[in-house]
Amino acid sequence: MSAILDNFWWLLAIKVLVVALFIPGFSLVLIFAELKLSAHMQSRIGPYFAGGRWGWAQPLADGLKFMQKEDLVPADADRPVFKVAPMIVLMGTLAVFVIVPFSPKLIVSDLDLGVFYALAAGSIGTVGVLMAGWSSANKYSLMGGLRAAAQLIAYELPLVLAVVGVVIAAGTMSMGGIVAAQAEPWFHIGTFGVRLPYLLQGQVVGFAIFMIASLAELSRIPFDMPIAESELVMGYLTEYSGIRFTMFFLGEYAGMFSMAAIAATLFLGGYYLPGLPIASNAMYVLGPLVLIGKVLVLVFLMIWMRWTFPRLREDQLQSLAWRWLIPLALVNIMATATFKVVF
Amino acid sequence: MTSYLQDYITVAVFAAAGFLLVAAAVGLSALLRPRNPSATKSQTYECGIDPVGSGFSQTHVRYYIFALLFLIFDVEAVFIFPWAVRLESLGGFALVEMAIFIAILLAGLVYAIRKGVLQWES
Repeated sequence: MSAILDNFWWLLAIKVLVVALFIPGFSLVLIFAELKLSAHMQSRIGPYFAGGRWGWAQPLADGLKFMQKEDLVPADADRPVFKVAPMIVLMGTLAVFVIVPFSPKLIVSDLDLGVFYALAAGSIGTVGVLMAGWSSANKYSLMGGLRAAAQLIAYELPLVLAVVGVVIAAGTMSMGGIVAAQAEPWFHIGTFGVRLPYLLQGQVVGFAIFMIASLAELSRIPFDMPIAESELVMGYLTEYSGIRFTMFFLGEYAGMFSMAAIAATLFLGGYYLPGLPIASNAMYVLGPLVLIGKVLVLVFLMIWMRWTFPRLREDQLQSLAWRWLIPLALVNIMATATFKVVF
Repeated sequence: MTSYLQDYITVAVFAAAGFLLVAAAVGLSALLRPRNPSATKSQTYECGIDPVGSGFSQTHVRYYIFALLFLIFDVEAVFIFPWAVRLESLGGFALVEMAIFIAILLAGLVYAIRKGVLQWES
């Protein structure tokens, strides 16, 4: 057994298999959570019959139904680009999971550039969205695609800059290193070391900016101008059907998972819970559970916001990013840096 | 094999796995779905009426300006990350340097806003 775990290729194959099977499965759970929570929040019935109890099989049934739908490509569309676009969106989202640490060992690869890689891989989706909008040869799609591109790049900046505060505090960009840094005692009261996640070590502003920007990156309400159904039908998704639409859909929920996992790792301590010994064997079982718990809390927050807030107008959401979030993120960087250098 | 090379291989293998997953989904769907194309079905959707003009229409130039603004700040972010990692050992000097750098870029943002980039109605 240990011979297999020591071999680089075997270990890599196992990790990739575990993570690659887990992501779509967990995305289905998130879809189900959204269906159920939205039903409760709006006093609707929601899924009830599929699979028997609670309608638990609803996301599976939806996926199976979408698979059997005809794959329509508009006659005027730019065929290859139209077909490749959803694949790029989904693949870009999946690529982020390389650096999400589920436990000290269960991380596909703890890159030195961890955070930076995550932000870079996460922004590949923007290209896919723009491709989808342009290649559909549809006016709604084009407007939706351009709005999406403008929004994704505008909120990319606060997202990136909010992370810098954590990088300064941890002194590393590796995700494993950032979790380990949060497991170190922040200060001592007598001999008792106080261990706090970065959210409670003064990165409140950074966390708030990160969560707002990640909502915008996922094009979720209140930032769903690109697919505003009351004016743009379905934005860049208008011409998509069947399996390709499913890919965008799955990509959104896998994206929620990855954003929540990164936020949990950077700001909430990742797989580490104060009180648990980080070096013990128990972490291999507890670590993933702790991380999933934190992810679920953040995902609940995202779903809650979606069913609570109205949509921002295009110029309002641009001005929120450029006028408020980016300057605030820069101030946060300077404040964190000053604190780090002076103390 | 160095750990440097291993990182690249891992990312490449994972990207390949992502591609396989996507390809499998499309392949499976191709076996299950019907295929009955018709002229009406492949028409561009425009809320039920016949489409007017080309779908590749002109768009607002404003989006181009956002892209320009983004480029400046994205390059800034690339410079900030290495600085953030090494800040502790570089100390006060690096802090002042970065403060000047950020101040110059903020001045650029203020200029763009004052020029009315974010103004949607004249």
